[in-house]
Amino acid sequence: MNLLTLVISYLKAKPLNTLLNILLLALGIAVITILLLFNHQLREKISDNTKGIDLVVGAKGSPLQLILCNVFHIDFPTGNINLNEAERLSKHRLVKNAIPLALGDSYQNFRIVGTNPAYADLYQAELAAGVWWSADLEVVVGATTAELLQLKVGDTFESAHGLSKEGHAHDENPFVVKGVLKKTNSVIDNLILTNVSSIWKVHEERDSTETVGISKNTSTVGLIPSPFSKGEGVKEFLEMSVLVPTHKAGDSTKEITSLLIKYRNPIAAIQLPRYFNTFTSMQAASPAFEAARLFSILGVGVEALTGFAYVLILISALSIFIALYNSLKERQYDLAIMRSMGASRTKLFVATQLEGVTLTMLGSLLGLGLGHLVLYAFTSLVAESQKTGMSAFVFYSEEIYLFVGSLVLGMLCSLIPSFQAYRTDIHKVLAGN
Amino acid sequence: MIKTQLLSYSYNASKEIHFADLSIQDNTQFLLLGESGSGKTTLLHLLGGLLSSQKGTIEVNGTDLTKLSESALDRFRGKQYGFIFQRNHLIQALTVEKNLLLAPFLAGIKQDSDRIDEVLEQLGIADNKYSKIQELSLGQAQRVAIARAVLNKPAIILADEPTSALDDKNCDRVSELLLTVAKQNQATLVIATHDQRLKSKITNLIQL
Repeated sequence: MNLLTLVISYLKAKPLNTLLNILLLALGIAVITILLLFNHQLREKISDNTKGIDLVVGAKGSPLQLILCNVFHIDFPTGNINLNEAERLSKHRLVKNAIPLALGDSYQNFRIVGTNPAYADLYQAELAAGVWWSADLEVVVGATTAELLQLKVGDTFESAHGLSKEGHAHDENPFVVKGVLKKTNSVIDNLILTNVSSIWKVHEERDSTETVGISKNTSTVGLIPSPFSKGEGVKEFLEMSVLVPTHKAGDSTKEITSLLIKYRNPIAAIQLPRYFNTFTSMQAASPAFEAARLFSILGVGVEALTGFAYVLILISALSIFIALYNSLKERQYDLAIMRSMGASRTKLFVATQLEGVTLTMLGSLLGLGLGHLVLYAFTSLVAESQKTGMSAFVFYSEEIYLFVGSLVLGMLCSLIPSFQAYRTDIHKVLAGN
Repeated sequence: MIKTQLLSYSYNASKEIHFADLSIQDNTQFLLLGESGSGKTTLLHLLGGLLSSQKGTIEVNGTDLTKLSESALDRFRGKQYGFIFQRNHLIQALTVEKNLLLAPFLAGIKQDSDRIDEVLEQLGIADNKYSKIQELSLGQAQRVAIARAVLNKPAIILADEPTSALDDKNCDRVSELLLTVAKQNQATLVIATHDQRLKSKITNLIQL
């Protein structure tokens, strides 16, 4: 026999009450845990994915869309920019480096990105198998893509237009998998990388076989251009493009979707966006700024949910207080008897505190477990969430604060009942009947 | 050995009870007999260290209870006394065994399972060791309460109206039981009661 056995026996004697109190708190804690895990990982993903990208330059439109499309690959392109003009920008003295992106095709919902190997370097992506592409229509696939689509080196596939499975299939030009990347926990895991000219090639082919109407319409929504690509451009230029090394520089007939820019120095952060937005037909958007804006929009929902969770916790605290307060009244004989058997006031005080703390401890442990479990269920049942790379098995220091906070809450809501126990007047109670 | 001198207790400014000096020898049985309101429960609680703020002295086995600090009194009570009340006041949330284990735990002495078996045997309720309190008959519950009182081998057993709610047959049974276990455990037995039936069993009388 010890205090804990005593306390647990008391809790077991009222199983429904105990269950209610534990569940109430667990629900509140679970909601907070889910938000915590979600919010933290989302922020981490965003900062991982925007690392090394100071500015995105693309066609005019929504800056948020530009970022969502070209950094996170979850939206459609705003349109295209001229390769010639993009080259000119990338030579600007304030630009340290510029990476071209040509979007427009996908395979089984996984986006195919025409770019150069510098893009993979942004995310420190290394090959797990195979080699980098050396010719058109050769691709390197991200780790998640390879896993979910069962792609390995040597496989071939046909891309589809747009970002959905139902898009028009470019049957004439199958891609060949040349390499598979190691997992980086960034957006590159969900992509299929190739060179820019592969994207052009696929669309040239499409134009040659398709009716003009469809392709022209779709290309205005930002898919990779092609109406221009039939005339093979100006032959005088011998210099090769800085963005697309296999292609001649200064080709005004080719287009790409965007440029990812890294600043040379902090002054660039002030001058470049204004320069691009004012003096070119393109727009520039900062991933950090747009992500912050997105978060402030999402923040309202997160705050509302957090508020709801705290209300749940408050109600559970109140419920624990009422339960203890009432049972202390019922137990006044127990308390008096225990005092007559030698228990000190302090012991009864501690026993009552222990009862409150045991409830909140069980509640918060259950809540934390439940939070991780819900996220685990979510990540394993919802396919889309696997692409985000969310994990249910990540633990944050805030969870320790939640746990400790719950223990303190247990002490607080059992404070008044504990004083009741402390003040038990043995004589009055035992002589009172 | 219990000795009191010039003991008085004031309920409030106008009502004060003075108790005659007592001297109770070890291993004896005493009745504190008096009508309701005569202060016998008050005296019993004073003797048991359940009630303080009195005038006079109470000496129990060489220790003056009135001089002890509250926590020292708690410890003293746990080791020296066993209490039996009119109602059993067993803890419903615990089994018989756990109710009994509570006595040594709260008194801060070793929890001895053999001692529990011994006492349950003495009281004839060995079969109920693992029963829940709700499952016990009234008689069994009273035996458990008595077992709890004698478990720590207290020097003194104080009983407050243990028989007044019982019929003659059960009164006989309980008083016999109390006398027997008090003797078995070499304890002084003091019963505060208005139950005149007990006079025939216990000859040492303190009339209030």
